[in-house]
Amino acid sequence: MHDKVVRRRRAVLAALVVLSLFLLTAYFGESSGGPLHAVQRTTMEVVAPIQEGANRALKPFRDLFGWFGDTLDAKEERDKLRAERDALGKELAEVTVQKRELEQLKGLEEINSAGGLAAYEPVTARVIARSPSSWYQTFQINKGSSDGVRVDQPVVNSAGLVGKVKEVSDGNALVMLLTDPEFGVSARSLESGEPGSVHPAVGAAGDLRFELVPNAKEVRRGERIITAGTSTSARVSDLESLYPRAIPIGTVKRIEAGEGELDRVIHVEPAADLHSLDLVEVLIEPGADLRAQAP
Amino acid sequence: MTFSSGVLGRLAVLGLLGGIFQLTTVSQVSIFGVPADLSPLLVASVGFLTGSVSGAVFGFCLGLFVDTVLLQTLGVNSLVFTGIGYGAGRVRELRDPAHTLAPVLVGAAATAIAAVGFSLLQFLLGVEAPVSLQLLRQILMTIVLNTLLALPVYAVCRRVLLPFLPDDPRRRRRRAYTTGGLSPLSRA
Repeated sequence: MHDKVVRRRRAVLAALVVLSLFLLTAYFGESSGGPLHAVQRTTMEVVAPIQEGANRALKPFRDLFGWFGDTLDAKEERDKLRAERDALGKELAEVTVQKRELEQLKGLEEINSAGGLAAYEPVTARVIARSPSSWYQTFQINKGSSDGVRVDQPVVNSAGLVGKVKEVSDGNALVMLLTDPEFGVSARSLESGEPGSVHPAVGAAGDLRFELVPNAKEVRRGERIITAGTSTSARVSDLESLYPRAIPIGTVKRIEAGEGELDRVIHVEPAADLHSLDLVEVLIEPGADLRAQAP
Repeated sequence: MTFSSGVLGRLAVLGLLGGIFQLTTVSQVSIFGVPADLSPLLVASVGFLTGSVSGAVFGFCLGLFVDTVLLQTLGVNSLVFTGIGYGAGRVRELRDPAHTLAPVLVGAAATAIAAVGFSLLQFLLGVEAPVSLQLLRQILMTIVLNTLLALPVYAVCRRVLLPFLPDDPRRRRRRAYTTGGLSPLSRA
């Protein structure tokens, strides 16, 4: 009895395998117009409406699963896009910094050639640290005495005067901004030619005052203020200044009228953006032009 | 198991509905980047429940149906599924595993055999496809996915075929208690 069952089982298996192989061989060997292909096409035509109906009926089910799948895919995609965004953000920041530096370098190059600062042997330096004070009255640069930087040398950027060197070490230097209370520079108004001196306004961060102007009424709003190139006024003497002449300091922002001529208060806005300094130049030969003029 | 018209009808309906459900719905839903394949699970479950002969016949028929409807080379799926149905039936006949997770293992093995067997036959027939890491990954993911689905598919098949299955001693005992019978302990 057992043998019969085993024989029957094996016979069924063998028959099915043989039938499968026969179908496979016959199907593979015949052309697309053969009988097996025809049976297949007919069956497909019969089943197609059932499939279509089932397809429609089961669409909500499929959509539900699709929603789960889409959600998983969307999460994966979101993570990928976030990583991409972060990478691009980093790249953008880098490019922006490089662009800004390039613009500043271009500006410095321009002021060196067109502005005539090349004669003062400018040394380009990078700002490496700033004072945590909101007024940014000092900052540190990556050039020091080994590069020829000395105390009191003027520091400029492409817009104009920035400050002067306050302290120097071998490879670094500390720069005092022109808004520092200790800062002062002999100046001249460009259009009216009035001499004076520029000092920071006490208690008003970023504001400068053009003081000691003999004919202050001649100075107009919007007039440019530049370095005089002498220690005080031209009438006293032609003493050598710390700063070469004709470096832009700022623009007259407003004028407060006083009782007397000397009571007029002339407010000057710095030409250089002191809050955004990356590259500056230290003029290590500020008296070069005076020495050249000397007999 | 005796083959009455009832059981044959149920097997036919199970195969037809299962095949259509697979083709119209399951194949179109990707999870982990691959769709599940219920066909080998159905064949393995039927074989595991009803025995090697019926499993082999069911596998052959379902394979033929899939090949026909998908306009594939006739006989490929039939051959693979015949082997799966027969093998699953022999596991039950020889080992009779009582563990609840036995269908999961059978389902996973059936999927692996189906995927590898189908690919092998396709290569033998000269279908040009590179053996790539992506193909192996797809096979692996299908096995994982089918393993997760093996138990629900087995449960559905068991429910459909339950009236025709030989009485399970454990089930018989449970029925006796719930219909007022006494447990061996209370009789003692």
